[in-house]
Amino acid sequence: MIPELGHFALAIALAISVLQAIVPLVGAQRGNVLWMSLARPAARAQLVFIALAFAALTHAFITNDFSVAYVAANSNSALPLAFRISALWGAHEGSLLLWVLLLAAWSCAVSFASRGLPLAFVARVLAVMAIVSVGFLLFMLVTSNPFLRELPPPADGADLNPLLQDFGLVIHPPMLYTGYVGFSVAFSFAIAGLIGGHLDSAWARWARPWTMLAWCFLTLGIALGSWWAYYELGWGGWWFWDPVENASFMPWLLGTALIHSLAATEKRDVFKSWTVLLAIGAFGLSLLGTFLVRSGVLTSVHAFASDPARGVFILAFLVLIIGGALMLYAWRGASMGVSASYATTSRETFLLANSVLLTVACGTVLLGTLYPLVLDALNMGKISVGPPYFNNVFVPVMTPLVILLGLGQHARWKQDRFATLCRELRMPLLGTVLLLGAAVATMSDARSPRAIFGLALAAWVVSTSIGGVVQRCRQRSSPWRAFLSMPAAYLGQHLAHLGFAVTIVGVTLVSLNTVDLHTRMAPGEHSELAGYDFHFVAAVPLKGPNYAGTEAQFEVTRKDGTAIRLSAEKRNYHVRGMPMTEAGIDPGLTRDIYISLGEPLDDKAWSVRLSVKPFVRWLWLGAMLMAAGGITAMFDGRFRRVAARPVERSVSADSVAP
Amino acid sequence: MTPRRKRMLIIALCVLSVGIAVALILTAFNQNLMYFYSPAEVARGEAPGNRAFRLGGMVVTGSVERGDAKDLTVRFKVTDFVTERAIAYRGILPDLFREGQGIVAIGQLDADGVFVASEVLAKHDENYMPPEVAQALKDGKAQQAAQP
Repeated sequence: MIPELGHFALAIALAISVLQAIVPLVGAQRGNVLWMSLARPAARAQLVFIALAFAALTHAFITNDFSVAYVAANSNSALPLAFRISALWGAHEGSLLLWVLLLAAWSCAVSFASRGLPLAFVARVLAVMAIVSVGFLLFMLVTSNPFLRELPPPADGADLNPLLQDFGLVIHPPMLYTGYVGFSVAFSFAIAGLIGGHLDSAWARWARPWTMLAWCFLTLGIALGSWWAYYELGWGGWWFWDPVENASFMPWLLGTALIHSLAATEKRDVFKSWTVLLAIGAFGLSLLGTFLVRSGVLTSVHAFASDPARGVFILAFLVLIIGGALMLYAWRGASMGVSASYATTSRETFLLANSVLLTVACGTVLLGTLYPLVLDALNMGKISVGPPYFNNVFVPVMTPLVILLGLGQHARWKQDRFATLCRELRMPLLGTVLLLGAAVATMSDARSPRAIFGLALAAWVVSTSIGGVVQRCRQRSSPWRAFLSMPAAYLGQHLAHLGFAVTIVGVTLVSLNTVDLHTRMAPGEHSELAGYDFHFVAAVPLKGPNYAGTEAQFEVTRKDGTAIRLSAEKRNYHVRGMPMTEAGIDPGLTRDIYISLGEPLDDKAWSVRLSVKPFVRWLWLGAMLMAAGGITAMFDGRFRRVAARPVERSVSADSVAP
Repeated sequence: MTPRRKRMLIIALCVLSVGIAVALILTAFNQNLMYFYSPAEVARGEAPGNRAFRLGGMVVTGSVERGDAKDLTVRFKVTDFVTERAIAYRGILPDLFREGQGIVAIGQLDADGVFVASEVLAKHDENYMPPEVAQALKDGKAQQAAQP
């Protein structure tokens, strides 16, 4: 009964979203206040019904209702409760339900946090979000309904893929999806701006906090995914340029370009059409990513053929949303008005150059991800693009990006003099050399040319950030007061750039200096790696709620005699008969020790992977700093004042609005 | 420099850098494309001798030999039911590597025709067959049926 209620709630949500997509939009065109004001209550009602559907499916998972086909395929009565709940988003249908739930949540948030915005604008934003929602709800109800019954029910479920039975999966998809879906807000703001014809700095100021919040979630979601892959897949990799990862990385790259371009649009009323294109692109890639990952298109293009309805629907929906947005852009783009002018040497130029570089980076990832799919779909051979492609392309694109980032942090808006800029950059340059020197002097790992190159880039970001803050404060009458009362957006900018530098350090050092040893070890044996002695103490049997296995206990001793105990596990999950590796990891700020078990060899010996991974934690630490920067910037008072004075133009004194 | 000449210079620089970027990207792309071949295609000499490619098939039952060397060298054969191909690999095999399971290996042929793998992939669940391998096995079976 409850699954049917869930199904019914979805159908009602669809009806509401159809209303929400049409009535406010028409109302906004005609100036009908009553029709426009339908948008807010509709968005809230939609959330209520989708939440009901979500609760119904969760109930089916918790109570082990295996008559629901989706539950039977992805859960099992022996599965621990937390994983029974997270199993909901472990496969295609459930993750779509999570997607629409989050979309409804974002719409509802917009409906509450948009009091100061013009009604027509809010009506259009919510209507565009509802159009996306209609597409997803239809897709679910027609091709991927999670509430379908299978009678008679199987005695027990087929279990959740053991790879997904992990804390990482409990939080990674919701984070990532919140980010993906959050770009729908930026997208809707862009579309609403195009329809209404007022894409100005006020518009950018409304869109900025939403876009930053979505970007923060996406950043954290990607970092969590990387962390999960690192400890759960058992081979210690943190990024594989796998199509699934690329699908989340592409919207991130465009989203990063978008938040920077939006900042310029807000402050200086420039790049308006470029910002709108980025908003459309970031959301388009989020849609593409969602479908690629969960619909089985990526593991095989032939999944299209196995359920042609799904593939056709996906393509049609993508074409409709993105094609429609681009057509609107072509039609209305001219109405955006002239942008303010700026000189060649100005912060605008550096921001524009970097958003172009980010777009180029995104394009190269897109090429490497989609080309094999297209070729396969056209029956022109099966190829794959190796990780070296992405690595070879990424470094040359990111290098100028980092250099320009440093220049941009110092350049003035509108117009700067190249000579002045160079003079101001002398201190940061000195800082870079000092930081780099300190790193090279203290770490033997940092002495290869490539390590020095990577660390120099990171040091450049750090010292230009610090230099920017110092320069800003020194211009004020009381530097200390200026330092303490830094605007949140400015603080957030530097926090995020600092995070970027930390990630660069992590990527550089862990990629270049990881030491690995694959070896055969029996209990009692020792192996030596990177100054550590690995002692395989014992292998003991292990029993969990739905698995059994072996726990290998290790003692790792450093040269100075300090010892740590680590245990790596090999589990065999009963229902799917699937072996899983649980790595033993000793995390540290400057290095991780990583042990994972391969397979049992004869006479008690195991194949064992031992690794020492320098600075691997910095990858995720950097991502956390970036997200913290975004959140900080969001709370800038400027964005809140907007609510009180909706039609106010740009507040910055140097802004020249046409 | 007049503003006009300055602008021309900037445009020329932009075009140049975009050109270089595209050239770099396409070169890297081309160098890292890996084609997939079945054991039968390798036997017919279709696979490149001097660059890496992907080879897939079913692991032949009883073909996995582990030396007792410390460095974990392992040899096995894969089949598409037409021909078999020997693969040598050093390191830890993935969790789901089993005899009778479809796998994909990345590597190069050595002088003796042994495929020296740098990576062996067998992810996904126990029912999963990499799509390329499934296709290769189907082709192999069809070929056998055609020539009894």
